[in-house]
Amino acid sequence: MMEQFLAWFPLDISLIAANFDRFLYGVWLTLNLTFLSLVLGGLIAIPMAIARASRHRILNPIIWAYTYVFRGTPLLVQTYLIYYGVGQFEVIRQSWLWDPILSQAWWCALIAFTLNTAAYSTELLRGAIVDTPLGEVEAAIASGHSKWGRLRRIILPSAFRRAIPAYSNEVIFMLHGSVVASTITLQDILGVGRWLNGRYYLAYEGFITAAGLYFLIVLAITFAFRKAETRYLRHLTRRNT
Amino acid sequence: MIRRTLLSTFAALMLATPSLANEPLRIGVEGAYPPFSFKEADGTLAGFDIDIAKAVCAQMERDCEMVEQEWDGMIPALKAKKFDAIVASMSITEERKRQIDFSAKYYQTPARLVAKKDAGFEGTDAGLTGKRIGVQRGATHQCYAEKMFPGAEIVLYGTQEEVFRDLALGRIDAQLSDSLIAQESFLSKPEGADYGFLGGDHLDVDCYGEGVGIAVRKGDDALRDALSAAITAIRDDGTYAKINDAYFPFDIYGGRPAGN
Repeated sequence: MMEQFLAWFPLDISLIAANFDRFLYGVWLTLNLTFLSLVLGGLIAIPMAIARASRHRILNPIIWAYTYVFRGTPLLVQTYLIYYGVGQFEVIRQSWLWDPILSQAWWCALIAFTLNTAAYSTELLRGAIVDTPLGEVEAAIASGHSKWGRLRRIILPSAFRRAIPAYSNEVIFMLHGSVVASTITLQDILGVGRWLNGRYYLAYEGFITAAGLYFLIVLAITFAFRKAETRYLRHLTRRNT
Repeated sequence: MIRRTLLSTFAALMLATPSLANEPLRIGVEGAYPPFSFKEADGTLAGFDIDIAKAVCAQMERDCEMVEQEWDGMIPALKAKKFDAIVASMSITEERKRQIDFSAKYYQTPARLVAKKDAGFEGTDAGLTGKRIGVQRGATHQCYAEKMFPGAEIVLYGTQEEVFRDLALGRIDAQLSDSLIAQESFLSKPEGADYGFLGGDHLDVDCYGEGVGIAVRKGDDALRDALSAAITAIRDDGTYAKINDAYFPFDIYGGRPAGN
């Protein structure tokens, strides 16, 4: 019965099963690249968003140019430039940056992803800061908060909360964008899928397994964000009267 | 009434489908595997594979259309009928024969490892343990490297050009590819000056098969046989030799078929 099913089923399940440990390693690589770059990019984005929102005379145009460039070019191109482009220069290959960092595909991917997500997160958070309800700011001033005090205690916490729904999109985009890692030799989820297809000359098995795994991760991310939204945005939801 | 509609539909379909002989034969080629397949500065395709494809088409008196396709999607694209045959230095292997069919071979060259001249390790599994070996994804070399050098880390690339680029940058310790490709597109170039072959020829029927053939979909027996006959014909009438000599200093056809 089972054998008949497997013979009829258009996918070679046994090959996927036999190589599932590789896929699990791929999941680990995809997750660590995605979330490390989100954390690092987010940390860079916070001061940049504050500088943008406060219209700092010197920093604002520089950061604007940075986010414009990184949001205006594809992640694939950015990754290629860092992996293949930078290595062309003898100066860089001789420098201390080459051996531990830029010669490694993982580091190149992490740098590209971090710079990319930092650009998007900066603009996202800047929007949330600028949109802070005036009443909240006035109340902070009235209760005697200093400029930094009201940024730290009122504006930023409020902006973070309101940025959650939009940021969930950025997290999912970044997860999807991380497939770029497979083009610079990394064995992320898609990389393993392409390995399987290349090794056994199959068209679908590797990609379908990869698609299923990405889907599961997105499901988990969506779930986590929904939990976070109900918890941190309760004050903005409509009350039953 | 229904029958008439059916008949007219059928007739329209017949009219819409030109007869087989007039339809150009679409051939999948890679374009990133010099000197077998590459692009000239103006974007036109050139190389040994391309010339062989044209010669075979001329021999069969068919119009041909070259369709560019990335290597790791070559077999899926053939099966999806994006083209009807593959002339892209594809080795005839058992694993591939489960998916597609092949003509007789049109050339056969051994695979060899390439590494820094003073690499300090040998081209054996023991010597390569812990080393990073670059191969093109979906190539026979992926199969062979994984089988013969289990101790090494196999690094996969989309194109052979990327493998050579990272070897020159020092991101990988060695690479495994067709010996002729390595000689023509890397070792004879300035960036390959410090590099050389590591060890001798690698031949393995399991992974490397019986030489390089033209791939067709399973069941396209007429096309397969016509292609095989055309290869024999251009071998015999000197066309093959003319193409061969434009690229290589020696005949790359190898031994007689099945003489591995």
